Amino acid sequence: MNGDAVISIGSYIETLVDWLNVNHAAPFEMLSALMERSVKLLEAVLLFPNAFVVMIVVALLAWKVAGRQVGALTFGGLLFCYLMDLWKATMLTTALVGVSTMAALLVAIPLGIWSAVNPTADKITRPVMDFMQTMPPWVYLIPAVILFSLGRAPAVIATAVFAIPPALRLTSLGIKEVPKDQLEVGKAFGATQGQIIWKIQIPTAMPSIMAGVNQCIMMSLAMVVLAGLIGAGGLGGEVVRGLTRMMIGVGVRSGLAIVILAIIFDRVTQGMVALSKR
Amino acid sequence: MTAETKVLPLNSTKPATLMDQHAAKSEQVPAIECRHVWKIYGKNEQRAHQAVKTENISKEACLAEYGCVIGVVDASFSVNQGEIFCIMGLSGSGKSTLMRHVNRLIEPTDGQILINGTDIGTLSTPEMRALRAKKIGMVFQNMALLPHRNVRDNVAFGLEVRKVPKKERHAAAENALALVHLDGWGDRFPRELSGGMQQRVGLARALASDPDILLMDEPFSALDPLIRRQLQDQFLELSQKLKKTTLFITHDLDEAIRIGAHIAIMKDGVLVQIGTPEEIVTNPTDEYVADFVAGISRLHLVSATTVMYPAVDFLRKFPEVAAEQLPSVGPDDDLDTLVEIMTDVEANRVAVRADGKIIGIVTRRSLLRGIQGKPTEKIQFDAAQPQDAQAAGGA
Repeated sequence: MNGDAVISIGSYIETLVDWLNVNHAAPFEMLSALMERSVKLLEAVLLFPNAFVVMIVVALLAWKVAGRQVGALTFGGLLFCYLMDLWKATMLTTALVGVSTMAALLVAIPLGIWSAVNPTADKITRPVMDFMQTMPPWVYLIPAVILFSLGRAPAVIATAVFAIPPALRLTSLGIKEVPKDQLEVGKAFGATQGQIIWKIQIPTAMPSIMAGVNQCIMMSLAMVVLAGLIGAGGLGGEVVRGLTRMMIGVGVRSGLAIVILAIIFDRVTQGMVALSKR
Repeated sequence: MTAETKVLPLNSTKPATLMDQHAAKSEQVPAIECRHVWKIYGKNEQRAHQAVKTENISKEACLAEYGCVIGVVDASFSVNQGEIFCIMGLSGSGKSTLMRHVNRLIEPTDGQILINGTDIGTLSTPEMRALRAKKIGMVFQNMALLPHRNVRDNVAFGLEVRKVPKKERHAAAENALALVHLDGWGDRFPRELSGGMQQRVGLARALASDPDILLMDEPFSALDPLIRRQLQDQFLELSQKLKKTTLFITHDLDEAIRIGAHIAIMKDGVLVQIGTPEEIVTNPTDEYVADFVAGISRLHLVSATTVMYPAVDFLRKFPEVAAEQLPSVGPDDDLDTLVEIMTDVEANRVAVRADGKIIGIVTRRSLLRGIQGKPTEKIQFDAAQPQDAQAAGGA
């Protein structure tokens, strides 16, 4: 830190993170182990069957959710990744995105609903979300590494933190935008507050919540690639390898695989948004 | 409705509540009664209420001094079992606000609301929820169907929140859909239906739990005129069959007159007049109401009794009239019937008979004045033979 700073936020944060790391390591270790194992499990599931079986199953699911074109695109894209000999890296990245997205949504959706129905919660989450969204994503990697060391766990956790804001905001927005008269219907027919949330607000807000899920996945993918810098591996790791060794070929082909993955994730979740609007 | 009551265990074996006890003597107890209901919006509502009540300060003064908006002022009315009661007023007159007091979607600043004799202000939240779910159905101006549910599940919503088993609530929903002639539409989604059909679904949803009371908040206002009229007819037909106590809000006096047994006219939160359609049209209390009724056709509203000369006076004045030979109508026959007879038989006078006895005579003059909305003159008996009565005698 610059010694001339009047307010040395940096040193406060350093002190706080060090203190957490020294005195309260246990919960971080547990969280770290949980993430590590979840990624490992999902990766194993994706890599266990023959690559073509995975391609076909995923393509069929994409077809069902988003139509024939997206199904074909999915199959073609995955096949291309396989042919570039990036299958393992692609599946690891998918596993990282899957676990971080799940973790992010587990926090974002309940908090989003809460901040939609509770003005105080809204007042607290709003500036926190602003902060989280505007902070450059690399900055998250530093405390993540200190608290969770290198590897997949800090990558997943930093990614989840980074991906929470859009999902939370869109969930909250969707719930707030449920027409007033629909809430009145709930009351007039004798529904409890809980029934109004579950039977009216959440289903009506579903398209917005699904748009949040889509954004969450896209942010996760972007961040998981960055997390290659801290040893998360996968396609991000390939990009970092290309960068550090100045191997343009390695960089471009893994970049291509990331683009393909992003398109597949986006089209499939867009399909889910469309489904929820019906 | 018997089919539905079988399906729904509504008034089942639970211990008798206050309301059930009252149901026995339901003939005397009004289904809905509002006593001196006030609603004032704002932080100082109680103080503003006192000021309005004791010092009679104006709307503007209330807003300026207390920052409060007056919604409903001292509204009292009662709705008999099984009747349709219309509240008519322009937008912003407080009619929707007043209706929402009846199922306590809005809490009154002061006053009581009684449903079948029970003061609902004393009910706990769960009791109030049960009352809304079982006894009161509501229909909304903009339908407010839930877009993610199909028609059947929309109609069954009220039963679903009461945790009625799926099979039963679907059966009840089908019954309710049949009542509004939408059987077979259960699997469709609201967006696939026209506005008129959507509102019938809204009505079916209100009817599905077989409530005693229907609250209808401008149900037909958002529809185009032809559909509106169709739905009014359907609703009247249904209403005669089911005999539900209905509080019906409208901004359209024609609609109020077509539908309501009684009409309350509301202006700036005040109920300015309550009466039958005929009373409102023939005897408006103030200029505001008079303005409203000015354009209303009296043909189907005003009865022969209103425009007739009393038989005793008339026959004393014109003893030569052979009243027994005149064509006759009943006392409740409307002006339209009288016009029909007078144009058909070329009669100048028509006798009004009640139980075979002639109680009055309608002449062309009195009929035309009645259609204009002018009161029937008194027959004068002075020597000068006033020209009114002379004309009334009509040569």
